Amino acid sequence: MADAQEKTKQSWIISFVGGIGALVLTASQQFFSTIGGMFLLLYEAALVTLRGLFLPGAKIGREALWFQMIRVGVRAIPIIVLVELAIGMILPLQMFPKLNEFGQGDQIATVNAIAAFRELGPLMTAVVLSGFAGASIAAEIGTMVTNEEIKALQAMALNPVSFLVVPRMLATMLMMVVLTIFADLVMVGGGWLTGMRLGVDPDVYYQLSVTAVDIAGFITGLVKAAIFGVLISLIACYLGLSVKEWEGSNGVGQATTNTVVYSIVAIIGADAVFTVIFYAYGLF
Amino acid sequence: MAMEHENISEEAVIELDGVTKSFGTQKVLDGVNLHVKRGEIMVVMGGSGCGKSTLLNHMIGALTPDSGSVKLFGRDYATMTDEELAETRMRFGILFQSGALISSLTIGENVALPLREHKSLDDNIIDIMVKIKLELVGLREHADKMPAQLSGGMKKRAGLARAVALDPQILFYDEPSAGLDPVTSAQIDQLIIALTRKLHVTSVVVTHEMDSAFTIADRMCMLDLGKVMRIGSRKEFEDLRDAADGELKSEQDLLIRQFLRGGAEGPITDRQQSSGYADDLSLVATRTQ
Ligand SMILES: Nc1ncnc2c1ncn2[C@@H]1O[C@H](COP(=O)(O)OP(=O)(O)OP(=O)(O)O)[C@@H](O)[C@H]1O
Ligand SMILES: [Mg+2]
Repeated sequence: MADAQEKTKQSWIISFVGGIGALVLTASQQFFSTIGGMFLLLYEAALVTLRGLFLPGAKIGREALWFQMIRVGVRAIPIIVLVELAIGMILPLQMFPKLNEFGQGDQIATVNAIAAFRELGPLMTAVVLSGFAGASIAAEIGTMVTNEEIKALQAMALNPVSFLVVPRMLATMLMMVVLTIFADLVMVGGGWLTGMRLGVDPDVYYQLSVTAVDIAGFITGLVKAAIFGVLISLIACYLGLSVKEWEGSNGVGQATTNTVVYSIVAIIGADAVFTVIFYAYGLF
Repeated sequence: MAMEHENISEEAVIELDGVTKSFGTQKVLDGVNLHVKRGEIMVVMGGSGCGKSTLLNHMIGALTPDSGSVKLFGRDYATMTDEELAETRMRFGILFQSGALISSLTIGENVALPLREHKSLDDNIIDIMVKIKLELVGLREHADKMPAQLSGGMKKRAGLARAVALDPQILFYDEPSAGLDPVTSAQIDQLIIALTRKLHVTSVVVTHEMDSAFTIADRMCMLDLGKVMRIGSRKEFEDLRDAADGELKSEQDLLIRQFLRGGAEGPITDRQQSSGYADDLSLVATRTQ
């Protein structure tokens, strides 16, 4: 009797541990196959882009690129203004009392400008674009899969990577850079407004901001922005293309949600990695 | 009409040998052998869900068989290089069951797409060619509409215009006349025949419409349970359809005849009953009472 009880208890534990093991195994398998698939897609997209740039005769659709840039970027502008303006106004306000204790109240300009150009400009723009660009790209490509459009492209001997992925990746990358410059300026502008309210001389504020941002800070910010752009569009295109025909609108919804979640995780991760690299190479 | 017109050659342009394909545990194709000769119209028939679209997807290289081989123009998809694959794909056109138009492009741009990408032609020449192809399917006034603005039948016709854009040597049609009115459907039939006779195109047509099947077919092929049940000339199938009860001996013949005639009674219905469908129904009926 007790023996049997012991047995069921044991088998329960074994199946529990085994279940967790299996779960971890499939999850990690999925994780690595996803990462691997993304690298392959990135590799192919890079090849197509290089061929398009350097081989005569290979076409790179300028029209398509322009269209995608408008699509990816323009709708995001109001939200970026809102977010960056708010952060630009809030951050100096929080820093001011402490700095003022040391008689350095004016230095909110320096703090704000460094935060904007090095970190919050690229980061917040990327977060906003992972919603605007990433989600819409994933939904669009996923829907194309379920409508057999991708299959139709392939049957016409058109490569979905050069036809769909490359224009979207280049557009997202370029728009990330453009919008980040814009976001940096808006955030500095926001700080400038707060500074005026707190009695910082506008001219001093401007001067301090300009000296705070050296060329290295400016460039590293933009490098980050470009990489975030690649990550967002790569994840969106990959998850969109991974939708299966029979999954229908369910699969498309899943791909869209996952794109936003994965993008934000990837952006934060890449941000940490690049900050360490830039720091190690003394680009601060 | 002569059973075999003069354009058909004995050379097979599409060769499927022992093609087997499973999705999960479901075996959709089970050793399919099918050779299509140059210049003929091959009609593929079979119940809904029996694997006709899957068969077409193998012929265009969108699916790879679990075992067996698929050859187009004598080349096996399994051994083609990327260049050969692209070249092969430019030599056939396909009309998908859903039309599969690119939803972000207008109808005209959809038809122009293969021309723009694969031929170095002037824009105005492409415009003219697009107009000709759209005229062929009666959609010239709709060139500037988006696919979402078209009816199902119009999408299908636009898909056909795109499929013929590169003047292909093989055309695949997945249910070209489903969802079309009788007149348009008859026009599509005539178009398929005209393309085949005048331009020596080889056609593989999946269809449920028996009138249309018997109008266009040179040969017919009946799929059932993942296998080719019968391949034969149109004449053979006509005879089978018109045969009286006493003339048919095998279960197979009866089954094909039921399909061709579209009768509600016969081996296909018996099969559904023997799978317990009717019992299940009556069970549900008694439960709900
Ligand atoms: N990608 C897939 N994954 C899983 N199952 C599939 C897939 N494609 C088709 N099937 C299954 O294979 C079977 C055959 O599908 P197919 O689309 O070839 O049928 P069909 O003969 O074209 O039917 P219809 O006449 O309704 O178009 C169906 O049972 C379907 O559920
Ligand atoms: Mg089908």
